[in-house]
Amino acid sequence: MKHLFTLALAMVAAVACGTAQAQISDGVVKIGVMNDMSGTYADLSGQGSVVAAQMAVEDFGAAAKGLKVEIVGADHQNKPDIGSNVVRQWIDRDQVDMIVDVPTSSVALAVNQIVKEKNKVFLVSGAAASDLTGKACSPNTIHWTYDTWALANGTGNAIVKTGGKTWFFLTADYAFGHALERDTAAVVEKNGGKVLGKVRHPFPATDFSSFLLQAQASKAQIIGLANAGADTTNAIKQAAEFGIVRGGQSLAALLIFLTDIKALGLPTAQGLVFTEAWYWDQNDANRAFAKKFAERNRGVYPSMIHAGVYSAVTHYLKAVSELKTDSDGKAVVEKMKSMPTDDSLFGKGTIRVDGRKIHPMYLFEVKKPAESKGPWDLYKLRATIPAEEAFRPIKEGGCPLVKS
Amino acid sequence: MTIASPAAVAAKPTRSWSETIAFAVMVGFFLIAPLFIYPLFLMKALCFALFACAFNLLIGYVGLLSFGHALYFGWASYVCAYTAKAWGLTPELAILLGAATAAVLGLVAGSIAIRRQGIYFAMITLALAQMMFFFAVQAPFTGGEDGIQAVPRGYLFGVIDLVNPMNMYFTVLAIFLGCFLLIYRIIHSPFGEVLKAIRENETRAISLGYKTDRYKLVAFVLSATFAGVAGATKAIVFQLASLTDVDWPMSGEVVLMTLVGGLGTVFGPVIGAFIVISMQNYLAQIGQWVLVVQGTVFVICVMLFRRGIIGEIAHALRIKL
Amino acid sequence: MRSKRPGEGLTIESTDDPHPLARNRVRATSPFQGEVTSPIGKTRMFEIFGIPSQALFGQLLIGLINGSFYALLSLGLAVIFGMLNIINFTHGAQYMMGAFVAYFLLQWAGINYWAALVIAPILVGFTGIIVERLFLQWLYKLDHLYGLLLTFGLALVIEGVFRNYFGSSGLPYRIPDALQGGQNLGFMFLPNYRAWVVVFSLAVCLATWFVIERTRLGAYLRAATENPTLVRAFGINVPRMITLTYGFGVALAALAGVMAAPIYNVSPQMGSHLIIVVFAVVVIGGMGSIMGAIVTGFGLGLIEGLTKVFFPEASNTVIFIIMAIVLIIRPAGLFGRRV
Repeated sequence: MKHLFTLALAMVAAVACGTAQAQISDGVVKIGVMNDMSGTYADLSGQGSVVAAQMAVEDFGAAAKGLKVEIVGADHQNKPDIGSNVVRQWIDRDQVDMIVDVPTSSVALAVNQIVKEKNKVFLVSGAAASDLTGKACSPNTIHWTYDTWALANGTGNAIVKTGGKTWFFLTADYAFGHALERDTAAVVEKNGGKVLGKVRHPFPATDFSSFLLQAQASKAQIIGLANAGADTTNAIKQAAEFGIVRGGQSLAALLIFLTDIKALGLPTAQGLVFTEAWYWDQNDANRAFAKKFAERNRGVYPSMIHAGVYSAVTHYLKAVSELKTDSDGKAVVEKMKSMPTDDSLFGKGTIRVDGRKIHPMYLFEVKKPAESKGPWDLYKLRATIPAEEAFRPIKEGGCPLVKS
Repeated sequence: MTIASPAAVAAKPTRSWSETIAFAVMVGFFLIAPLFIYPLFLMKALCFALFACAFNLLIGYVGLLSFGHALYFGWASYVCAYTAKAWGLTPELAILLGAATAAVLGLVAGSIAIRRQGIYFAMITLALAQMMFFFAVQAPFTGGEDGIQAVPRGYLFGVIDLVNPMNMYFTVLAIFLGCFLLIYRIIHSPFGEVLKAIRENETRAISLGYKTDRYKLVAFVLSATFAGVAGATKAIVFQLASLTDVDWPMSGEVVLMTLVGGLGTVFGPVIGAFIVISMQNYLAQIGQWVLVVQGTVFVICVMLFRRGIIGEIAHALRIKL
Repeated sequence: MRSKRPGEGLTIESTDDPHPLARNRVRATSPFQGEVTSPIGKTRMFEIFGIPSQALFGQLLIGLINGSFYALLSLGLAVIFGMLNIINFTHGAQYMMGAFVAYFLLQWAGINYWAALVIAPILVGFTGIIVERLFLQWLYKLDHLYGLLLTFGLALVIEGVFRNYFGSSGLPYRIPDALQGGQNLGFMFLPNYRAWVVVFSLAVCLATWFVIERTRLGAYLRAATENPTLVRAFGINVPRMITLTYGFGVALAALAGVMAAPIYNVSPQMGSHLIIVVFAVVVIGGMGSIMGAIVTGFGLGLIEGLTKVFFPEASNTVIFIIMAIVLIIRPAGLFGRRV
């Protein structure tokens, strides 16, 4: 019942009731949070993203600034047709002005298309596909938190430079896995490393022991896990069981979230190295946010996707309140790109022409059980990847917006 | 396994007035519906209604439970999306090509599957569908997990702009009504009567000299083709084709739609599809409880409304629907 | 797990490392070792289709281990189908419940793996009995389809409820201390826990088979499914027997769940990923055939294991290919009676 209650809150939360302004379409800035609320990605995005968006609106003080902001949430159930139906309906009938989050590449790419057609705003926090700022880039879309290139680059670089020269990939056999593997392999080879082999497993898979044995037989120093969610946690859990790590090989999880680490438990996950955009225990502002967030999200701490939603919504509201209009999506995105970003979670940053939000990425390592002081005390920082190196160089993306 | 059609009320050879009235009500509703219901949602529901009708042709009138209908739906949608996007075909040609693909797949799968009965029939259709799902994942043209995106809606017959929602809506409605009437005609033709005879007692039908396998195969191919039309139309409407449409949960969903509406009723699948699609769409707003509500509807239907909604109504009023 | 990560005072007990010095030297400059010492012996044996035979043995053994999960799960399904004529789609959800109950027992009551192995199946089996009394008992006379749809609906509800309360990313569960570590078999490193899984599930499968096919109780059961009225006339409470059978089938699923908890991610969707494959196993074996389910479970595990070596992308699909072929050649499955 508690969830139903928060949900009801989320759905009708008219966060502020300031005087409506003529320039704001239908008097309300309406934000649609769409993601997976009932499937695999429900923990790392899901209801938490709605909470994050609400918090952003509250902290922005929309009411005091005379903005009336409303948040609606929806579950796309990882199906692109449901996603595009909801988004079209939101835009056409419910006057939604901005869509945020949207994990699952197939849904994100579909939404990207619709939002461009309807000239609204799309801020991606959940999806990883780097195509969103490459081939499929749009003047109405900003890719906020992370992408496959940044993950591959961060983790690949750091590991090769500290001596992990030979790699074997365990890749989920779908577009996302292939992209992650391709990008990481490129980084590894550029830095003088070598890819000894790879195995592509069907998605989803439960048992990884066979693939792990193949990885073991390759004698590669690093086993790169180019998969996500339950596939990654299963692979890590079983790698520990098969003595892969004790045999001297290391695992590199190319995409893993706070909630995944929590699911694995520190004894299994310890020592794992990976790249993320944000962690709750990095500074006081993050800690304060996490504490407030957890209270409203059944005790679960925020993932980088949640933080990304918060940051994106904050910047969006800034742009809208400066422009005093939300009707022209392109203009709003233009404004967002022209202003430097600055919020309590991601600090200062910029947004590139191709729609890529630029901020530092961080290389984390999972703590040993002895080092952890609380149930959510899971990471320690190994390295900071400076903003200018963290993302794919704008020239390499092939985004048509760049040349014009 | 013969699915004894629970809604089969004493079959009268003549067309019943209740069906005519129901059809008129349905057409009337669809003509004015876009005024107060979001057109895209209606189009989606119509596509699935057609899909469920196609499925019902097989389960409701031949008594064959296919658990792999996503195969025809999904592959037609891929072929349609691909030809419309890459070859620049007009929407009607792309849809026809999609349907033709489904027909061919139906012919191949059907000729393997119809030799088996009951649960084995269901499982062999599932197996074939999963094999083709694998190809959908592997084949480069399907775009894997990302699917085929940004399919142009194009101009119907080269003239009518389908980007206009009303044009698109009435095109979908025309396709749906055309196929619906065609299915209705098939069910009430002599051919359809033989199908029902096979459903009730296959051995008897054989002893009467009917080559039941041939009848079953034709019904299977027809069902696959209509499912293909539905899938292909959906690709044009949503401008995308993705793995969700070929995966096995989609095969399960269509069973649900038909069951909720009423197996072996003419209008049941339409109502069932509307209910299931509304649940998905409007429950999307309540987020995490979607699965639970869907499951509960399943359970309630099986426990209390086994004839399905239309089936129960028809039974209570003693009419044909 | 005592998994030490490189760069954190790595100590490897493997004795077959020929270059301890070399490794130390490398480690001085890099947290990653210069050379990977696989716990597997270094002798290369002959190759089969380009795969070293030792690796192949390893893969086959792994296949057998996965097969034991298939066997346990499909055994439960086969028992339920054979005795109740219900296609139990809730099986995956009940398997998941088994794993979750094991987690709760450990987390909230401090009850360890070994006790959970007994308690969890009983608890989950009991929920199965409730389900049978509430829903399934009204469906026996109807077509299979209704049982299948009802259990499918229940599976959705159970999965949804678990996800809402425990999230979707899963919960940690450790391998019990007594089964930590593993054996070096020469051709592969076999974790003790996996060995236990194979042995234990094989024992459970055979015991079940024995009870149903070779004891008086089993004879009653089989007779009751053939002709319940007649068996009732002999003074046997058939409905109760059927109820308990369902409870037992569900308990088998939960047992598999407890066994899966330490090695697979304990998450609400762990069952739904598996259920379709397990169905295929039952169908290939022949619906309702106990021995068929066991043999096919292990056999398909092996075949899937081989596919993972030669064509890994297809390893989720191979079972369906086999199912299609088997059904074309043998309509009632490998061990099934004719339809």
